[in-house]
Amino acid sequence: MNEKIEQLKARFNEQLAAAEDSGAVEKLRVAFLGKKGEITDLLKGLKDVSGPEKKEMGQEINRLKSYADEALTQKAAEIKEKELAARVEAAESYDITLPSAVEEGSYHPITLVQREVEQIFASMGFTIEDYSEIVDDYHCFEALNIPKHHPARDMQDTYYLDNGQLLKTHTSAAQNAIMRKYGAPLRAIFPGRCFRNESTDACHENTFFQMEGIMIDKNISISNLIYFMKTMLSEVFKQDVKVRLRPGFFPFVEPGFELDISCLICGGEGCPTCKNSGWLELCPCGMIHPNVLRDGGIDSNEYTGFAFGLGLTRLAMMKYGIKDIRDLNSGSLKTLAQFKY
Amino acid sequence: MYISMNWISDFVDLSGLDLEALIHRFTLSTAEVEDIYKKGENTRDVVVARIESIENHPTSKKLHLLKVNDGEKLWDCVCGAPNVRTGMVVPFAREGGCVNGFEINCATIAGVESHGMCCSEAELGISADNSGLMEITDGTPLGTQMTDAYDMKDIVFEVDNKSLTNRPDLWGHYGIAREFSALTGRPLKPLETLDCSVYKELEPVAIDVIDREHTYRYSGLKVENIKEKVSPVNMRIRLFYCGSRAINLLADLTNYIMLEMGQPMHAFDKRRVDHVEVRRFDKPFKFTTLDGQERDIDENTLMITSSGEPVAIAGIMGGLATEIEDDTDSLLLESANFDGVCIRKSETRLGLRTDASIRYEKIIDPEMTVTAIERFMKLLMAIDPNVQVVSSLTDVYVKKYETITLHFDKHFVDRYTGIAITNERILDTLRALGFTADCEGDNFTVTVPSWRATKDVTIPADIIEEITRIYGYDNFEIKTTLSALHPVRDSAGRTDDNGAKDLLVKKFKLHEVHSYIWNDAKKYREIGIEPEANVRLLNSINPDNDTLRNCICPTLLAFVDDNKQYAPHFGIFEIARVVEGLKENGECNERKKLGIALFSRTQSEKELFFALRDMLITLGMTLKHTAPAFEHTTAAHNWQHPKNTVAVSMNGKTLGFLCALHPTVVDLIDKKAAIVCAQIDMDMLAEIGVADLPYREPSKFPGIDIDLTLAVEADTRYGDLAECWAEGIENLQDAGLVAVYENDGARSITVRLTFASNEKTLSKNEVQTQVDEILSRMQTKGISLKM
Repeated sequence: MNEKIEQLKARFNEQLAAAEDSGAVEKLRVAFLGKKGEITDLLKGLKDVSGPEKKEMGQEINRLKSYADEALTQKAAEIKEKELAARVEAAESYDITLPSAVEEGSYHPITLVQREVEQIFASMGFTIEDYSEIVDDYHCFEALNIPKHHPARDMQDTYYLDNGQLLKTHTSAAQNAIMRKYGAPLRAIFPGRCFRNESTDACHENTFFQMEGIMIDKNISISNLIYFMKTMLSEVFKQDVKVRLRPGFFPFVEPGFELDISCLICGGEGCPTCKNSGWLELCPCGMIHPNVLRDGGIDSNEYTGFAFGLGLTRLAMMKYGIKDIRDLNSGSLKTLAQFKY
Repeated sequence: MYISMNWISDFVDLSGLDLEALIHRFTLSTAEVEDIYKKGENTRDVVVARIESIENHPTSKKLHLLKVNDGEKLWDCVCGAPNVRTGMVVPFAREGGCVNGFEINCATIAGVESHGMCCSEAELGISADNSGLMEITDGTPLGTQMTDAYDMKDIVFEVDNKSLTNRPDLWGHYGIAREFSALTGRPLKPLETLDCSVYKELEPVAIDVIDREHTYRYSGLKVENIKEKVSPVNMRIRLFYCGSRAINLLADLTNYIMLEMGQPMHAFDKRRVDHVEVRRFDKPFKFTTLDGQERDIDENTLMITSSGEPVAIAGIMGGLATEIEDDTDSLLLESANFDGVCIRKSETRLGLRTDASIRYEKIIDPEMTVTAIERFMKLLMAIDPNVQVVSSLTDVYVKKYETITLHFDKHFVDRYTGIAITNERILDTLRALGFTADCEGDNFTVTVPSWRATKDVTIPADIIEEITRIYGYDNFEIKTTLSALHPVRDSAGRTDDNGAKDLLVKKFKLHEVHSYIWNDAKKYREIGIEPEANVRLLNSINPDNDTLRNCICPTLLAFVDDNKQYAPHFGIFEIARVVEGLKENGECNERKKLGIALFSRTQSEKELFFALRDMLITLGMTLKHTAPAFEHTTAAHNWQHPKNTVAVSMNGKTLGFLCALHPTVVDLIDKKAAIVCAQIDMDMLAEIGVADLPYREPSKFPGIDIDLTLAVEADTRYGDLAECWAEGIENLQDAGLVAVYENDGARSITVRLTFASNEKTLSKNEVQTQVDEILSRMQTKGISLKM
């Protein structure tokens, strides 16, 4: 019997060594350890043995059984490892440098700039308002302290409509309505599209975007105006922007200012962009004229406020280096599709 | 406008100050300076010299050989000027010198050595006259440097005219000098004038102001025995540096006064005009102005006439027939103040903006007219002492501005500025600017000077500007407010706009475009779109753009056409305004629309159509948690496809449309492409609230799927079937399309109905009852199970 066990073990070892894939290993397992396997058969054969020999032999066969089991398991693991290594070896290394064909949509650059500025003002508690593009003479001029025959009307070549209305020449046209809607105190910005009847070229468009802002409260001062403009512009340009005010004339503010910022290109030292002045004229602003407050239903004895107008179109051109203003309304996707999110 | 610092220095002593720094300060406190020019800086060693002899050049007919005496020695000089003559005193640039930047070296000209150059006024940069050598007739000693003899060295700066629009007082040097006086704290000298009250006994000038509505003041004086014809060199230099052109003494003097005081004047040849009327005419006529142009004068144009004969367009330009000529020896001097609006309208109508009219349109101070005449006479007498005044200074003062007195207190100033400016500083500033200012305690009383009182300074807020600009905005403390903060919420419209843009760009990869609010008729016609009548622009430059658009899609389709080479498949959108005619109150019915257009050469029109429909469903679900409904409708525009134009609605409101294009338009854009578009009214969408998200507990019991294959007609829509289970079918959880089959003209649709209950497992019988109900409803529509 012992001899038989030894022979069986030798044969098992021989066959195991010859097994080359997991299928062959599995066959060996069935052939030796399966229900009808050779080792199982030996165990079954024990029933014909008796006495102390039976116990000894039983132990021998079980040792062989566990030896075979372990050897098979180990062999299977080895083979599995080899097979995985072979698969890894055979796998394709992907060319990550292949160009992408992913399509992207695009926002209009004005939308991008507008959202950025809106977020800054929203974070400072400004309401964002919308307003119509077609307005009447009262809202565009009269309510802004620009009576008929005022020379300021000449500065803004207005598109008049055959029903007596007009296309708004500036976002200030919304001031009156917004003051009437909210009353004081008030802080609001109102971006919008404006229209001026003039010939177009690389620097001039008849259709462009502005953003107006007003802040009205009991003690709003010129100091506050400078603070808000400086803070806002520093956020817009993501750097500490120096600002300066110069007198500027706009009938709806008094005093009125032109606000310059230190040139972003040269930092104020003088370069072609700023015509060597070190400053860029950026936005008109001022303290809201008492007549404008009054017409907006706000008591100018109690409240003061400031207003400013930011050229969103100009800002977008500055930010992205757009040289021809007409590109913005051209609908040309060669230009516009570049402004992905 | 050009400002000469020499001229300014006549009125304020600026000695010892850095003039360029001062001009920079002017930008920050008064008006924008565009440029600074240093005149005469590049001229040196040009001296007064006499031409002692002239010989002909051996080879050139035009050139002469001169011996020029600079007081020390004789210089050989080759000269080509036509007006050379022996004894003539001229500016001579010696070898080694420099003429307005041009270096003078020993040069051989046509074979002859020349050691200097005799100069014209143009070469010296003091006038445009290049007709010949400048002749010096005032006895200046030989050898005197030209830059010492005359005011050639000057700093001239240019002010942006636009920044002076609201400052009538700054349209002359004296007003600008007042600013420099306030900025430097140095006193402003009074204008030197001739007291004309000594002539009050003389015969007055016959001035008849007929149009008293448009004339504020008309002052006049008559002068005879004028012998001098040419203005002194320094006056000519100033005029030239300030952008004017020397003509003759009298014309130059009127220009000089205008540039000095901002008061336009007119000199009539008294031989032709010795009395005047100011009036308008009933009928249009032609009038030739002194620039030789014939002008159309209409009934709104204010005219100066003499015995009814027009002699000048008031405030704009004189007539050719009465201008000062070479032999003029007597004049009628006009110094008047006309209505600014009237002048502005006339100059616009005539297309004739002159130095005079741009000043009148600013509404200048009528108080100046008499002073201007007295100043004119002071200068004239200095140049030509023998002139004779032959009339009284006649003054017709029709309309006078009221004196403006303003009251405010320190608190008012502090509140506006946010900083503390002392009472003394406030008073000093205002007084330096010519205001009469006093304060008792913290209460100020300020009287506005006449030159600021025509429109410029009317309320206390105007005073704030005066105080703060001279104080300097650079000196302000920068500080935030103490205002309370309140939460800020976006309006529904803005939320929708932003949501729609994000969805269309990020999910559907569309490109946002911007366009114009009007039709582009020419472009529309190119792609077969007939522009529709709508509200019109009265003053469009281009007639193709004179009508406002009533729909956003044609604009987008035009852009699709422009971009068809960009990619084989793309989509664009815009959120912008259109005008849908007029409202009942006559105002434009302005609407904010979302427009979408899709273009594809890779997908069929049907695929594109459904892609756009699904886009709109996603849009509705994203913004409102509500899917829009779609229903075929008739095409409202000639470019829409008659069979595939679909109304888009939500909660029963029609929001817009979705459509394929009429084949005419498709063919004109691209025969091989599919194009679809849609328009949604964003104002209407904003009025729709966001629906609550519906939630239903999933059934714990298994459901039963029933597939029905139904034989249908060619024109049967899925919607016809869906109506049959839309209401009153118990335990129906879901219904959907499995497939549509078409075979030899026979059409069938397979739908899957899912039944489930939250309480129990449904029996076959229970489900069958419901299915039977659906089938019987279908029966009434002529739809039955496919056999």
